[in-house]
Formats: sequence, structure tokens, C-alpha cells
Amino acid sequence: MDIQLKRGLLDVCVLASIKTDESYGYQMIKDMKPYVEVSESTLYPILRRLEASELLTVRTAEHNGRLRKYYRITQAGLERLEDFKREWNEMISIYNFVTREAEDNG
Amino acid sequence: MDKYDFLDALREKLSGLPKEDVWRSVEFYSEMIDDRIEEGMTEAEAVADIGDVSEISQEIIRTTPLAKIVKEKVKPKRRLRWWEIVLLAVGSPLWISLLAALFCIILAVYIVIWVVVLTFICVDIAFFATALALFTAAAGLFFEGFGAEAVLCMGTGLVMGGLSLLTFLFVKVLTKGAVWLSKKIVLGIKACFVGKGGAK
Repeated sequence: MDIQLKRGLLDVCVLASIKTDESYGYQMIKDMKPYVEVSESTLYPILRRLEASELLTVRTAEHNGRLRKYYRITQAGLERLEDFKREWNEMISIYNFVTREAEDNG
Repeated sequence: MDKYDFLDALREKLSGLPKEDVWRSVEFYSEMIDDRIEEGMTEAEAVADIGDVSEISQEIIRTTPLAKIVKEKVKPKRRLRWWEIVLLAVGSPLWISLLAALFCIILAVYIVIWVVVLTFICVDIAFFATALALFTAAAGLFFEGFGAEAVLCMGTGLVMGGLSLLTFLFVKVLTKGAVWLSKKIVLGIKACFVGKGGAK
């Protein structure tokens, strides 16, 4: 898959994993696992990028005597998800067009 | 390999990066290992599940901005010894000029890219100015009673205006291309630095 496209998709997947409630790194990986395999080394830069662009916020909280980071989606993050849905509808109609052409030729 | 070995190895591989970045990365992976242990894995299993330290550090370096990497590289890690300073001074005619040459080459490439864009901006302005001048001339000629000449000027002015619009659209595309190329160059330079950092 095109690297740029995949990068964008993973950003959206990460945001989707915290769409309803805040979550932490390992939980996010587990939540995404049935749909897309994401490793820590992939997740880490994505989280930093999303935090820098203010699509999510981070808070540190104590958990079982150690610190854990929790990620929460921002309004801008939710808007990014809405944008994705709109863009994807366009992609689907393009896909339909492309596949129909192929059938006509064959 | 236990958790502390893993985190130590990571810390060492990232030593080319700013302290805060190293600390944040170590904290992140420490949390990931702890979460796995909490879920029932042994420490060794958790560390093995995280993956290879080299791959992890490479990924972190790749996603760190160039400016940060260069700044950290240039900063001396310790006080230089007297003979190092002497060597640097003696070798300065060589390394300073080489460094300057490298810098000039990169700068020249940038200038060449952007001069192309600038050229077309100038052409666009010229077309636009000509169109304006011709319209003004047309108005003047019309009031002076030179009807046919006024129409000629008006027509030529419209052609120039049209060309100016077309050039403007072209400049927009060209600028996008120049921005893309500039970004590619930065990526290339960064890859050189990261390559050295990774090999160390």
C-alpha cells in the first residue's frame, strides 16, 4: 500500500481507538488488533505526531504504583474522523467507477 | 533480556537525540512492558514481545525532526582535550572549506529551484502590467477619437490579461513542485545523519 495513504489510515485508526473514551497505549494496540496490526514502534511516533497537531491530549496518571499515559481525543481529532468518513465516501465512489470500467472492458 | 537491559539498550541507541526525547521514549516502552507483565506475561516474554531494540530506535530516529538531530550532533558531549583542539585548528583550512562547499552546494540547489519559480512570477507580473498599460492606452485612444487603435489595444490587452491568468495557474503548480522538491532534499540530508547515528 502507498506509504502516505497507510500513514494517514493509521492516524485515523489511532484516533478511532479513543473515539468514545480515553485509553492507554497497550489497550489501543489491543483494540486495533482485529482490524490492523500496529506495533509499539509504529504507534509511538503516531501518538507524538497527533499530540503535536493537537488531535489528542495526554495525561499521566498513577496506575498500580506506576505511571501510565492516557490519551484523549480532542474536538479537532473528532473533526479529523468526520473528514476521513467524507473522504472515504469519495474513495468508494472512485473505486466503484474503476472496477466498473474494468468489467466493461473484460 | 530483562526490562532494564532493554531500556538501557534503548537509551544507549538513542543517545544521539535530545535528552527529553530519549526520556519520553524510554518511559513509553517501560509502560508497554509493564502493561504486558500486568496482563500475565513474564518479564522476558514481555520484552521479547515488544520487538528488536535496533528497529525501535531506528524508527524513533527516523521520525525525529532534522534540526533536533543536527543540533544534538553538533553539541560536544564533553570538553575537548588540548590535542583535539590543536588538530581541529590545524585541520581547519580543510574541514571548514569542505563544510562551506557542502553548504554552498545545498544552497545553490535551493536557489536554482526557487529561481525557476521566481522567473515565472516575473513573467506573470510582466503580462499583467502590459495588460494594464494596454487598457489605459485603449481608454486614452478612445477619448482622443482613435476608435480602431483603441479596439486593437483593448484586444491585445485582453490577450495579455489571459496570458497573465494562465501563467498564474502555472506558477501555482510550479510552487507546489518546488516545495515538494525542497522537502525531499531535507529528507535526503536527514537520512545521511540518521544513517551515521544508526551505524554507531
